Amino acid sequence: MELVRIATTGSVDDGKSTLIGRLLYDTKQIFEDQLEAVEDASKRRGTDYVDLALLTDGLRAEREQGITIDVAYRYFATPRRKFILADTPGHIQYTRNMVTGSSTANIALILVDARNGVLEQTRRHSFLASLLGVPHLVLCVNKMDLVDWSQEQYESVVEDFRDFARRLDIHDLRFVPVSALEGDNIVDRSTNMDWYHGPTVLDLLEDIHIGSDHNMIDVRFPVQYVVRPHRRDFPDYRGYAGKVAGGLMKPGDEVMVLPSGFTSSIKSIDTFDGELTEAGPPTSVVLTLEDDIDVSRGDMICRPHNQPRSSQDIDAMICWMSDQSALQPGRKYSIKHTTRWGRAMIKDLQYRLDINTLHRDSSASQLSLNEIGRVTLRTTTPFFFDSYRRNRETGSFVLVDEANNNTLAAGLITGEAA
Amino acid sequence: MSYDHLTALESEAIHIIREAVAESERPVLLFSGGKDSAVVLRLAVKAFWPARLPFPVMHVDTGHNFDEVISFRDRTIEQLEAQLIVASVQEAIDQGRVVEETGPRASRNRLQTESLLTAIDKHRFDMVFGGARRDEEKARAKERVFSFRDEFGQWDPKNQRPEVWSAYNARIRVGEHIRCFPISNWTEMDIWQYIEVENIELPSVYFSHTRRVFERDGMLMAESPYLQATNEEEVAEAVVRFRTVGDMTCTGAFESRASSVSEIIAEVAATRITERGASRADDRTAEAAMEDRKKEGYF
Repeated sequence: MELVRIATTGSVDDGKSTLIGRLLYDTKQIFEDQLEAVEDASKRRGTDYVDLALLTDGLRAEREQGITIDVAYRYFATPRRKFILADTPGHIQYTRNMVTGSSTANIALILVDARNGVLEQTRRHSFLASLLGVPHLVLCVNKMDLVDWSQEQYESVVEDFRDFARRLDIHDLRFVPVSALEGDNIVDRSTNMDWYHGPTVLDLLEDIHIGSDHNMIDVRFPVQYVVRPHRRDFPDYRGYAGKVAGGLMKPGDEVMVLPSGFTSSIKSIDTFDGELTEAGPPTSVVLTLEDDIDVSRGDMICRPHNQPRSSQDIDAMICWMSDQSALQPGRKYSIKHTTRWGRAMIKDLQYRLDINTLHRDSSASQLSLNEIGRVTLRTTTPFFFDSYRRNRETGSFVLVDEANNNTLAAGLITGEAA
Repeated sequence: MSYDHLTALESEAIHIIREAVAESERPVLLFSGGKDSAVVLRLAVKAFWPARLPFPVMHVDTGHNFDEVISFRDRTIEQLEAQLIVASVQEAIDQGRVVEETGPRASRNRLQTESLLTAIDKHRFDMVFGGARRDEEKARAKERVFSFRDEFGQWDPKNQRPEVWSAYNARIRVGEHIRCFPISNWTEMDIWQYIEVENIELPSVYFSHTRRVFERDGMLMAESPYLQATNEEEVAEAVVRFRTVGDMTCTGAFESRASSVSEIIAEVAATRITERGASRADDRTAEAAMEDRKKEGYF
């Protein structure tokens, strides 16, 4: 079984809860006691229907206010794949939540109402999925039952969306006409739309090839922890623990350690279960090297002829996630990139992006909660990075408040600043 | 069936555990003797091999545990040559720090929070590993992998740190700590499949056995010195097993003939009731029972 991460977004009106409810119910992931609890709660609240959103709204404040505040993670499996579904609310705090849910997703599932077509929020959600580098986007054209299962209506929505998507960086785009309420083309094939011969939503989730979602070319190994057992049976063992962030590593490969620039070769790739003949992302391993060189946490192991950028000046898109402060030029923050910490100063806010219109406002003087903009950073120490487009692990960072340690922002590296 | 998903989940969990240890001064692993903490312990051992476990293991002991679980705990810790710290609820009661509930439904479950927080304070732990999973309960579904606790040990669900990619933020001030949940993304089924492929030993109460039980709230409660049947409740022998293992006063059994891990996997695949719904009295007190306990500092 392959592990696949999905991010869904949309508002209640799009039928997102119904769609998720369908997926979970039709794949038999909703248990009787959960369903009874939701039925009871719906009755007590006096709603006419069983409100499946109550399944995901886990916090008291969410149930009281009838809104989803935070990303909820749901799990379901078919015989072929196990899915982790990040269910992100479409209205409140949508940017912060969508960035969180999309940051690790293989597939973004976006809903539109067939009657309304592509709306501002559809564009917003699609832009965020594309910005966060989600490799596959599935647009579910929902409520087909309310447009008489019209092929013409479906195709006009598809055409509109394709038009808009040309402005985004989306590699793999799929469309499915569905009715989440009636269950058409979610898990079971629709009998109402014989003009549609493509896959159902679950077919797509099961079939989309995710094997090449990771960067398998550029070897990147951020060192997490130095393993020194001090045991009689391993007297001189010195290993470098980490998760492969890119490329394929093999014993015998020549490697370089940054920032020192020392070179050596891989002696072994160790795990508790034995040595590996190769390791690629996102596997956690321990490397041993042929030479006794200085390597510590925060260092980056790569190939001598394929190194990441090494610089203290970084261009990045920033998603600001804090309501207690705003990003302003001149401010200093802690920065964490892979396993390396440093300090960063905001040299310049180039523009703030209106995520509905993609308009760039270069007169903006700050970024507040849920705003996205392009900045230039200067860091106290060099970082070893790739562009986010090339590698989501080595191309991303977070900014942290130096006083109270809260995580303030997600950063997506565009490149080295000029 | 192939187990690629377990390899991916294992790598994620090992990365989380290493990150937590690298970013903290005094980590500790909470070990109840249950299946989830047994899996976290195995993952922690794997994360640092060939070095030994670089932190102690702590058990919050209500004094109302199954004997089988306590002997399993001691055996496991001895095999790993790890250090065991026991935070005793009995001691907290004796010292008057907490007051024991009374009546036929008395449970020490909630009292564990005080013993846990006192121990964290005493040992100055700043990183506390737990085996909570997001699929087991709806408040837990909203919790971060690195979950910040203030100086009172409290969780504030409305003010959680955003958690993007695998960039975990463990930075804290003195007196605060992080609860770290490496198996957040695992389901009950993943846990059992992992136990099967890794051949992880578990307390015998997870497997089918004969026991004297009585029915209460639709669950079969084990007769014990800590929990007595009332006059209306009839005690009888039954062939049962436990789906979760907590304190004897709040963990229910159910009738089962599953006596091996593979039989349990088949049973879990067929069941239509969640594990906490089936076996935990502590979650039945209110719709937000878990959330309320977590805010107070419960695991």
